[in-house]
Amino acid sequence: MILAKVLGSVVSTAKHPSYAGLKLLAVQPIDERGAPLGSSLLAVDRITSAGEGDTVILLKEGTGVRQLFGLPKEAKLPIQVCIAGVVDQVSVDANAFEDAKGAR
Amino acid sequence: MYLGRVMGTVVAETKVEGLGGQKLLVVQPLDDQRAPVGGIEVAVDTVRAGPGDLVFLVGSREASLALEESFVPVDAAIVGIVDDVNVSQRAKAASALPAAPDKLRSAR
Repeated sequence: MILAKVLGSVVSTAKHPSYAGLKLLAVQPIDERGAPLGSSLLAVDRITSAGEGDTVILLKEGTGVRQLFGLPKEAKLPIQVCIAGVVDQVSVDANAFEDAKGAR
Repeated sequence: MYLGRVMGTVVAETKVEGLGGQKLLVVQPLDDQRAPVGGIEVAVDTVRAGPGDLVFLVGSREASLALEESFVPVDAAIVGIVDDVNVSQRAKAASALPAAPDKLRSAR
């Protein structure tokens, strides 16, 4: 999973039936400080009700998404990216990286 | 999933068996500001998209799951025609993550 920030919504009328009734959002992957990482992508939201500006956990693997939708892993669900949670807080120890280097 | 612009069509007379009858389009992947991301791709179409359309796609193994037939060897599928992208400049501006309380931050 990765951290991402919700940028806004994407409106689509003509779409694959699997996407019917699902909210489609544009999201920007971010690092532990909130700085953008790479380019933005799209995600569906079914379980949370994340909105613009929210920091979220993004599940980027289709089998995991099918599990999240309560479907068997062989189900034909063409969805790869789903919001798995809304983040309240991220705590990162500024020295964790240095400590890990020192322990080696 | 990602946004893309349909640039044109691809005709391939000789192709692997599973791809028979699939409509193939040339797509330029885009970001939320509709700026190109990387090079063009060939994607299979499931929503009757045409050149010039703003669409959204699903990649990797899930692209194949968008088709009625099983085990079609594709890794990008157009799964929707986009009417609108509502992203404000305010949302796009980088902002710090919700900060942890001081006592958590200093606990070592």
